[in-house]
Amino acid sequence: MIHLEKRPQPSKFWAGVTPILAVIATMVAGGIMFWMLGKDPIEAIRTIFWDPLFHETFGPYSRPQLLVKAAPLILIAIGLSLGFRAGIWNIGAEGQYIMGAICGAGVGLAFYPSESLLIFPAMVLAGAIGGWAWAMIPGLLKVKFGTNEILVSLMLVYVAENLLASVSQGLLKNPEGMGFPGSRNFRDFPAAYNAEIIGGTGMHWGVAAAFVAVIFTYILLTRHILGFQVRLTGQAPRAARFAGVKPSVVILFCLGTSGALAGLAGLFEVSGPAGQISIDFNSGYGFTAIIVAFLGRLHPIGILLAGLLMALTYIGGELAQLMLTLPAAAIQMFQGMLLFFLLAMDVLSHYRIRFNKTAATVEG
Amino acid sequence: MTGDTRKTDALLTLEGMTKAYPGVVANDQVSFSILPGEVHALLGENGAGKSTLVKMIYGLVKPDAGQMILRGEDFAPANPAAARGSGVTMVFQHFNLFDALSVAENISLGMDDPPHRRKLSAQIREVSQAYGLPLDPDRVVGELSAGERQRVEIVRCLLQDPKLLIMDEPTSVLTPQEVDILFKTLRKLTAEGTAILYISHKLEEIRSLCEHATVLRLGKVVDTCDPRERSARQLAEMMVGGTLHVPSRAAADLGPVALSMAGVSMSSPNEFGTNLRDINLEVRKGEVLGVGGVAGNGQDELLAVLSGEGRAQTGTITLSGDDIATLSPNARRARGLLTAPEERLGHSAAPEMSLVENALLTGAVRENLVKRGFLRWRRAERFARKIIQDFDVRTPGPDNTAGSLSGGNLQKFVIGREVLQRPEVLVVNQPTWGVDASAAAAIRQSLLDLAQNGAAVVVISQDLDELMEVADRFTALNEGRLADPVPTQGLDVETIGLMMGGVHGETAA
Repeated sequence: MIHLEKRPQPSKFWAGVTPILAVIATMVAGGIMFWMLGKDPIEAIRTIFWDPLFHETFGPYSRPQLLVKAAPLILIAIGLSLGFRAGIWNIGAEGQYIMGAICGAGVGLAFYPSESLLIFPAMVLAGAIGGWAWAMIPGLLKVKFGTNEILVSLMLVYVAENLLASVSQGLLKNPEGMGFPGSRNFRDFPAAYNAEIIGGTGMHWGVAAAFVAVIFTYILLTRHILGFQVRLTGQAPRAARFAGVKPSVVILFCLGTSGALAGLAGLFEVSGPAGQISIDFNSGYGFTAIIVAFLGRLHPIGILLAGLLMALTYIGGELAQLMLTLPAAAIQMFQGMLLFFLLAMDVLSHYRIRFNKTAATVEG
Repeated sequence: MTGDTRKTDALLTLEGMTKAYPGVVANDQVSFSILPGEVHALLGENGAGKSTLVKMIYGLVKPDAGQMILRGEDFAPANPAAARGSGVTMVFQHFNLFDALSVAENISLGMDDPPHRRKLSAQIREVSQAYGLPLDPDRVVGELSAGERQRVEIVRCLLQDPKLLIMDEPTSVLTPQEVDILFKTLRKLTAEGTAILYISHKLEEIRSLCEHATVLRLGKVVDTCDPRERSARQLAEMMVGGTLHVPSRAAADLGPVALSMAGVSMSSPNEFGTNLRDINLEVRKGEVLGVGGVAGNGQDELLAVLSGEGRAQTGTITLSGDDIATLSPNARRARGLLTAPEERLGHSAAPEMSLVENALLTGAVRENLVKRGFLRWRRAERFARKIIQDFDVRTPGPDNTAGSLSGGNLQKFVIGREVLQRPEVLVVNQPTWGVDASAAAAIRQSLLDLAQNGAAVVVISQDLDELMEVADRFTALNEGRLADPVPTQGLDVETIGLMMGGVHGETAA
C-alpha cells in the first residue's frame, strides 16, 4: 500500500527538484500526446524547448524574443507575489499595465519631437505612477471601506481597456496616421524609444528593470523588516497585528508596488517591443503573470525562472505550430500539462511517500 | 484489588493497545480495565498519549495493535457512530455546537437516530432535570454560558444511555460552582453503573472525584493508583517521573504603581466578543495580579487593550505614570509593556515561520534586531537560541517552525520570549493552558522570578489553582467588568465563585 505522510516541514530538497521532475513529466506526457496526433514526439519536444534557443535559423530571431516576452511577465509577477504573500489579491495587473503604458506614452508623446535626454526617464516615472495610481483605487477603497480588492482591481481592467481604446482613437492618436487608430510609433521618436541596450539580444530597459526588481524583492523579503511584515501578514494576520504591523500600510504598500511594477512593464512594452499605443496593445501579460507568480512559488528567483520558462513555451509553441503544423489547442494542452505537473509535484515537498509492506496485524 | 479481578469484572478491558505515528509511538502496549460505575482517571503530561488512547476507544483512531473487550465482547469500533452504538460516548474539551441553533436542534444533530423534535424536547427536559443539569431545549446555544454549553454536550451523551462516558478536560471552562454541579451529576451516573473515563490536568479534582487512576508517560502505562490515597504532588510526580519543582518565591516589597487603568472601555473588535466596561486596575512593581473568570468574559479584549492591538481613550492607561492608551504595540514594547496572548498558533506565534522569525516577532524593538529597517538575522538567531536554552524548549533547532513544536514547548518559547526581554510590566493570558505539569511549573516560576526582580505581572487565567499559586491579589472578569482586587491570601472558593459572577447556578438555562 502506498501512503502519503505529511512532512513536519516542507522539504527544501524536493522543493528544488520538483520543477525539474515536472518538466520531464510534461515532456513524457506531451510526447505521448504529440505521438497520438501523428507527429514525431522527439521532434515536437525539441521544437518547443530546444529550437527557440539553439536552432540555426530560428535561434537568432527567437532568442531575443525570450527576454522580450519574459521581462514583463517577471516584472508584473514580482509585484504580484508581494501582495499574494500578504494575502492581498491584486487580479487587475492587466489594467495597471495598460494605465502605465498610457501615462508613460502620453508623457513622451506630449513632448514630441523633443530630443531631451530627460524624456525617457520622465516616461518611466509616469508609467510607474500610472500603474501605482490605478492600483491605489482598490487599495484605498479596501482600507477605507473594506471593499474586496479582487473584484475592484479586476473590474478596473475593463475600465482601463476602454480608456485604452478611447485614447488610441482620440487623445493619443497619431495626427499623421491618416485616420488609423493608434499613436505615433516610438521607433520614429528616438528620445522616447526603449531601444535594446545591447543590440540583437532583446535586452531592453524593461529586462534590466525586471532583473533589478528580482534582486530588490529578494533582499526585501529576506533582509528587511517590511518584507518580514508582508510575509507575517499573509501567514498569520493576527500575529502581524500583535507584532505591531498596520494592516492598511501593508495593503497600500503591496498594491502600490505591484501596480507600479505593472505600470513599468506596460511603459517598457509600449515604448519598445510594441512601439505604439493601439487598441489591442495589451496581450494578457497581467493575467499570465498571476500564473508565473504561483509557478515561481512567490519566490523572486522562482519567478525569474518561471517567467523564462513560460516565455520559452510560448515561443516554442508558436514555432511548433508553424513548423510541425501542430494545432494551437495541442500547444495549449502542452502548456496546461506543464502547469499541472508543476503544481501536482508539490505533493512531494509537502508529503513523504511510504510503501507499507502490509498493515500491522491487529492481534492481542 | 489485583489486576486479574479487575479484569474479570471489567466493563472495558484494553490489552496491548499500540499506535505509532511517524517518529513517535503515541501508545505502547497500553493495558488496563475500567469497572462499571467507576470514575477512572487517565493521568499524564501533554504528549503522554491520553488523547490517542481515548480516540481509539471512541473509534476516531484505528489502533496498530491491541485488543479491546467491552462487556465480554470484542470491541473494535470503526467510527464514533459504532462506538456510540456500543454505549461509549465522549464529551470533548472543545464543544461541537452551532451557535445559531437551539439546544434541541443541536442535540438532534449529534444523534445517530434522533426522535421527533417534540419527543426529544421532552426527553431533554426529563434527563436534564433527573441529573441536575437544568436545560431549556428551546434556548439558542449562542446565548448560553460555557457551563450551559457543556450541559448540552453531556445531555446529548446521556440521551444515548451510555455505559462508558469519556470526558476530556471537562472543568476547564467552569466556575467552581459549576464544577460542583457537574461532579454531582457524574456521581449520580456512576451510582447507576455508568463508568466514566476522566481526563484532567487538575489533580485536586481527580483526587476528589476518581477512585482509580492510570498514569501514562511517553505512551506507556507507568503506574496505577487510588488517587484518593495520594497527594496532588505525588500524582504529579508519577506523571512526570521525577520530583516536581513547586514554584516559590520570597515575599517581595511592592514598589510604585507600574501599570494603571482608569475607566477603560473598549468595544470588542470581534462580533461575538465581549466589550470591556469601565476597567479600573493598578499593579505595582514586584506584584503579581491574578485575573480569573470564565472564558469569553473579556480576557482576550483585556489583553488586546494592553498589548496595543486595541486602543483606549487618551489618558486611561498609564505605564509608570506615562499615558500609553493610544500607543502602538511596538511603542508600548519600547516602554517595557510586554504581553503574551492566549492563542499560541496564529496570534502570539506564526506557526509556519521558524523560531528565529518568531523571536523577531515581538523581540525586534527591545532586543535591537532591526537596524535601519534591515533585519539582523544573526542577533535574532542568538536571541531564539537563548530562549530555547533558558526555557528548555524541546526542538531540534531554531530553524524549525513554531507549528512543529508541541503546545507546551511553544508556550515555553512564547513566555520565554517576553520574559527574556526584561519587561517592566508583563501581561499573560492563559500562560499554562494545555501545558503539562512540569512545564507549567517552570513557566509559573519564571513569572514569579520576574516579579521578584521588580516587574509587575498580570496573569489572566481560567485555572484558579494557578492563580492561587502565583498571584498576590486576585480579581475576576465578568461580562467585561473587573471586580475589585482582593488579596489572594485566605481567599475562599465561595468568594472567588461570586467574583467570577458565578450566577449560572441552579436556575434553568
